[in-house]
This record gives sequence, C-alpha cells and structure tokens, in this order.
Amino acid sequence: MRVMAQMAMVMNLDKCIGCHTCSVTCKQAWTNRQGTEYVWFNNVETRPGLGYPRGYEDQEVWKGGWEVTANGRLRLKAGGRLTKLLNIFSNPKMPSIQDYYEPWTYDYETLLNAPAQDTFPVARPTSLISGKHINIEWSANWDDDLGGSTEHAAKDPMLKGIEDKVKFEFEQTFMFYLPRICEHCLNPSCAASCPSGAIYKREEDGIVLVDQDRCRGWRMCVTGCPYKKVYFNHKTGKAEKCTFCYPRVEVGIPTVCAETCVGRLRYIGLMLYDADKVLEAAAVEDEHDLYEAQRSVFLDPRDPAVQREAERAGIPGDWIEAAKKSPVLKLITDYKVALPLHPEYRTMPMVWYIPPLSPVVDVIKDTGYDAEDKDNLFAAIDALRIPIEYLANLFTAGDTRPVEAVLRRLAAMRSYMRDINLGRDPQAHIAEAVGMEEEEMYEMFRLLAIAKYGDRYVIPTAHGEQAHALEELATDCPVSSFDEELLDSSGPFGEGSGRGAVTPVAVENLKMLQERAQSETLVSGGGKRGRVNLLNWDGRGMPEGLFPQRQKGVEPPSGGDSPQQPTDDRSVLEDGQARPDNVAGADGGQQR
Amino acid sequence: MSTFLWVIFPYICLATFVVGHVWRYRYDKFGWTTRSSQLYEDKLLRIGSPLFHFGILFVAVGHFMGLIVPQSWTERAGMSQELYHIVALLGGLPAGIACLVGLAILVYRRRTVGPVFRATTVNDKVMYAVLAVVIVLGMWNTIAGTLLNLGIAGDHYNYRDGVSPWFRQIFWFQPDASLMEGAPLGFQLHALLAFLLFAMWPFTRLVHVFSAPIGYFTRPYIVYRSRDERPGTATGTRAQKRGWERVP
Repeated sequence: MRVMAQMAMVMNLDKCIGCHTCSVTCKQAWTNRQGTEYVWFNNVETRPGLGYPRGYEDQEVWKGGWEVTANGRLRLKAGGRLTKLLNIFSNPKMPSIQDYYEPWTYDYETLLNAPAQDTFPVARPTSLISGKHINIEWSANWDDDLGGSTEHAAKDPMLKGIEDKVKFEFEQTFMFYLPRICEHCLNPSCAASCPSGAIYKREEDGIVLVDQDRCRGWRMCVTGCPYKKVYFNHKTGKAEKCTFCYPRVEVGIPTVCAETCVGRLRYIGLMLYDADKVLEAAAVEDEHDLYEAQRSVFLDPRDPAVQREAERAGIPGDWIEAAKKSPVLKLITDYKVALPLHPEYRTMPMVWYIPPLSPVVDVIKDTGYDAEDKDNLFAAIDALRIPIEYLANLFTAGDTRPVEAVLRRLAAMRSYMRDINLGRDPQAHIAEAVGMEEEEMYEMFRLLAIAKYGDRYVIPTAHGEQAHALEELATDCPVSSFDEELLDSSGPFGEGSGRGAVTPVAVENLKMLQERAQSETLVSGGGKRGRVNLLNWDGRGMPEGLFPQRQKGVEPPSGGDSPQQPTDDRSVLEDGQARPDNVAGADGGQQR
Repeated sequence: MSTFLWVIFPYICLATFVVGHVWRYRYDKFGWTTRSSQLYEDKLLRIGSPLFHFGILFVAVGHFMGLIVPQSWTERAGMSQELYHIVALLGGLPAGIACLVGLAILVYRRRTVGPVFRATTVNDKVMYAVLAVVIVLGMWNTIAGTLLNLGIAGDHYNYRDGVSPWFRQIFWFQPDASLMEGAPLGFQLHALLAFLLFAMWPFTRLVHVFSAPIGYFTRPYIVYRSRDERPGTATGTRAQKRGWERVP
C-alpha cells in the first residue's frame, strides 16, 4: 500500500444555475492575458450540448485518454511513445482555434471617436487572433441554455445510442449545467503524453501542473487530455491548465471557482488513495466496472491501518485529520452520491459530480403530481429512461444502475426532509428504502443543502515550516520584490521570455479570507446588528446605525453651516451628532 | 582576409553558439519553445512541417557522413568515390528536395495565413532568410557539383578533399584556411552562412532542436514531483537571490 493524498472536488449539479460566475472569476484570476484569450480553465456547459471545445467528448475523433489493449494493458489512445515522436512535427489530433472559438474584442475606439454622422457608430467585433473584423459565430458557451435545440444538442456525442429516443420525446427534453475544471486525474493522460516530462502530479496533494520552464510546446498534452482541459498559449508557446488554484489551496483557502460559486455547490477536500492500485483499476476490462474500480482505489482515513500507512508515507498528521473530515470523502464513499465524469477515459478523474435530480423532478411537477413524494419520484426514475441514460453516458460509462441508485437517494432525501420541514413524523422507511440510516440521511441533507464554508472546504494548509514562503509574508526584505528584472515584463524573445516573466503569485492570506467568510461580525468593525434595513425605513428621522459613528473632532464635509441647520429630528440632536448634509430633506432648500 | 573568413569567423560563431545556448538556457528557460502556430492553421502545417523536419534531419545525417567521416575510412571500407557519390546523391537529393519543398510550404503558410504572419517576429524572418539561403546553396552545390559536372569534364570539386578536412580541423584547433580558398564560391558561401546560422542559433527559435525529447522513451508515463523541488519555492515563487540565501 502506497498512500497518497489527493485534493479533490465534488460539484452538486442540482444546485448549478448556470450563472458562469465560476468561469468569469477564474478567467479574471488566471487567463485574462494575451495568448489565453480563448482559454477557460473553468467553463460551464449546457447539457445536452456540444461542450467546449465543440464535441470534445467524442474520443473516436479526438483520441484523448487511455484505452485497454487486447492483453489488458493501458495504452494512450493517441498512440504510444514512438507514434508521439513520429508525429511531433505536427500533431494530427489537435483542436484548432475554430474548435474552441475565435476570441474577439470590440472596436470601442470608433464609438468614442466617431465624428457626427447620420447613423450611429457601432463597435464592430475584431478577432484577437487575426486582428480582422469577424462575424461572431461561436464561443465558449454559444449553446448556453439551448439544451433542447436540434442544432446543438443533437450533435452531443453523449447522445449516441439514445438519439432516436430523444428525438421521439423531444417535447419532454431536459437540460442541466455542467461546470468543468481540470480533473486532476490519478492517471493523467496529459502528463503521460508530454514528451518533455513537463507535466507532473504533485506528490503532496495530487494537483497536476505544467512546469512552464520545461514545457517546449509540443502540444501532445492537448491531444492527450480527453477533457480538453490543457490549453496551448499561442503567445508564449507553452501549455497551460487549471492549477486547482494551488497558491490559494496551499494556504488553506478554496479555489477561485469554488469560493465565488453563487450556488455553493462545490465541495473541496482530500481523498487518500492507494497509488499502487491505480493502474490496475484504470485497466479493468469492462467500462462499467471503472466507477467501482476507482472507488476501490480510495482509502478510508478513519481506518487505523490506513492512518499508520499514511504516516509512514510521510503524510502529516493534520492532513490525515483533514482527510477524515473531507466532505468529498463523505459524498463519494459514505453517501455514494458523487460520480466521476467520464470514467471510460480511464484517467481516474478526481472532480466528481452529484448528478441532477432536477430533470426527474421537473417532469413530475409538470404532470401535476407531487414532486416530493417518494413513490412518485422512484417511479419517475424508473420511467424516465432518457435523462437517466444520458447521465449514465456522462458519469458511469453508460451503466444506468449507479445513476439510478444516486437519484433514488436524492429523491428519498427530498421526500424524507419534507416530512421534517412540515412538522410531520419523519418516516424511517424512506431512508431504509435506499439503504441509509435516518441520521445519515439527515447529515447528508445538511451537507448538501446548508453546509457552512468550513464544512464545504476542508483544506489543510501546506506545511507550517514553509508557510512563510507560501504566504509571501511581509517579513521578507521589501526591496527584494522590487528588483528591476521583475519590472521588466518581457524579454528579448517575445512576451514572457526572460526572467522578468516570473511574477510572484500573491494571494489573500488564509486568515484574512477565512475571517471574512466565517465570522458572524463584519471584519471592518462593528456588528451587523446596528445596521439599518433600508426597505423598512420610512424616510423620516435617522435611525441609529444609518451612518457610521462620526469621529470626534472631524468636521462634516460641507463646512460650518451644519450647527445652525434646522432639524426636525430629535434623535439626532439627542445623540449629539451633526446631521450629515447628504440626507434628503429641508437643507436642500436652505442652501438655495 | 582568408584567415578571418576561414579561421577567426568560424571560431567566433561556434563560441557564440556554445556560450549563447548556455546563456539562453540559464536566462530564458521560459522562452525556450517551438512557438508552434498549429493552433492557427493545421492543414498546410500537416504537410509542410513533417516534410521540412524529416528532410532536414536526413540532410543533417548526410552532412555527418560527408564532413565528419574522412574519405580514407569509406575507401578502406571498400567504397569507391563513384559509389560514395551515388549513395550521397540518392540519400541527399530526396532529403534536400523534401526539405526545400517543406520550407516553401511553411514560408508560404507563414506569409498568407493572417494569424501566423502576425505571430512572426523580425527575429523569425531574418532566421528564415538565412536558413533558406543556406539550404538553397547546399542544394545548388550538390546539383552543380555532382549532377552537372559528373561525367562532363571529370574535374568537379571533391569537397571531401577540401571542405571536410577543414571542418574537422576546426575541432582540433588547427584549421588550414588554404583548404577553403580553393573551394568553389558556392561551397564557400554555404559554409560561411552556415556558420552565421550557428551564431544566430541560440537567439532564435532554432533552440528547440536541443529539446528533442529523447528522454520520453525511458521515463515513466506519469511524473511525480514534490512541491519542494519546484525551482524558486524559496520565497514564494521567486528564486533565491545571491546574498539572500536563507539559513537552512
């Protein structure tokens, strides 16, 4: 047994409203640079739909991931080492910019500087690739919310085998959102495809990273990754990918996408696994067994034997503790409601998903039946073959049984909790029907519905003895960060060359952020109690807390007339405070 | 002049080549890349790039045969001058043609495909010009020296008597400039420009030649690395500066 720790994520798809906040904040943080205009480390897809890049899931076309040979060995689908090197001068299976989309900007200059003319000036879109005017015909989420459309959804590779039924029952179509980041796989085919050995998996937390100094731009990783989550920066000529926000995770705060998720649907925690078993599990013959095989690789940190082995493998004590409390462990191992995305690629992905029950619920609701009744839900899960088969194509290589089991658990939870919320007696048989204890079901509900920040993100910090360096604390010599080569942003061989390219990644430090996210009070001082709800304020008088306390000896901004100002509000005078001038009221007339 | 051209200049170029690479590797690992433009355009590259690269690899093997292996060795192995030329021609001509055709396709692509042209730097253009002239001159030497003269007057230039010994002498620091003085103009220009190309090499995208991923054959598929091995973890992502090393 060789215990390794892996930082993993679970997303609860029922809660995703497709707002793209994760994508936007991720882009702002990581890929708003030249060369990565088209790159989305995090993107949200409407399913059924084509995804980004278009149709990336069709591995018969793109040749991503692994396949099993006749003698039961794993082989890169795009070919082994020799094939790779023979094709090194031009990668035969690399998506072109058109498969992603041509990034553009608008010609705002015209809007601002256009002379007077009969027609309104317009800002025409300009390609960031060719610099010419373009017609925008596609983008990273062009088919957003078009889950049912024949034009886009019908081409979804995941509909193969059930396409006729979908057409047949098109009126009953369904839709949900799928946010995607790099899977940080246990058996990453991007790393295996890299001729230079620049992509590596970190021993400490399993995050898969590209060493920018070693990458030589051979582009084999782009082909190798079946999720198409390694991107080629066309400006620097290097591969880039989602970093699981390692500078943040190292100091114990969640990734940008998770932190900013409006629906709070992402869970981050550790998983311990047996590294010796990974290859064997990835090479099981039947695709349908891959989900179970991957689960068998995981170790339970609550098992003393595993703890001992983990310690022997050098995993620090606080990491083992964090692994025990991991919400990801609960969702994958205990409640068994999370499933991997496309296990059939055999990369052992580590961002898992709780499949959405919403397609099922929606159908029942539309028919007028009670969508929270257990029997109705169970019957619907059995009857609604199309959403189930589709979900199975995404999460279990087409095996509908695990998806059904998950949906039944979610349905049971829904129905069980309704009784509690309505003050009726909880019905133990609902939990039993899906093989759970009542208490367990309640715990699962808490984790899925109302888990707090600290429960959703259990992230042990990188080790204390290194924390000073990781947090880039101010105790470093302040001059050392301002030396001239950091200011020089580009070297002689194009953008990003030279040592000036290395910019320190500064992050908000752990304490600041956790304080803000978890405290009951406001970090800026004062409590929420004294605040005024403006919706209830009738505009008369000045309730306490409408304005911050004025400091003694500070003059009000508009000068000396305030002491003589007539006021009809006694509470202000009693407080001994001057009335601020920007309050709408009598003073407007007086000034005139 | 002759000493400068055939002794001093080559040494300047080779020194620049070696020192330049060491400097570039230390200073600019991040800029060390092929700077691929495949993302912009795929179809022409799919034909042109392998043609050019495989062509130039075979040309390199040919140069090794012609320049490094002395004539006496091949003769001792029982290979006559005529046989050698036929072998050189049979190998060299297709390789050279593939290389030239590939280059033509790639240059055409670079000029006509908008995004690719936009991504082409002045550095690239100068390098392509020198590279193209060197290749064309080399082809001309092969054709003129072998095909056109063969069997006409019998007095064609045998580079294995002139250029090759001079080239080898450079490496034991006793180059004889007179050997090159007698060579035809085509050979002289080819050699001079080739050395110029060597001097430019470390400062252009040609550095990617030295990234040929031979290690891929022997390394395990999945690379594991510890966070501590990451260069520059010392303070944040910055490397330690001289004089600021931490106390262990």
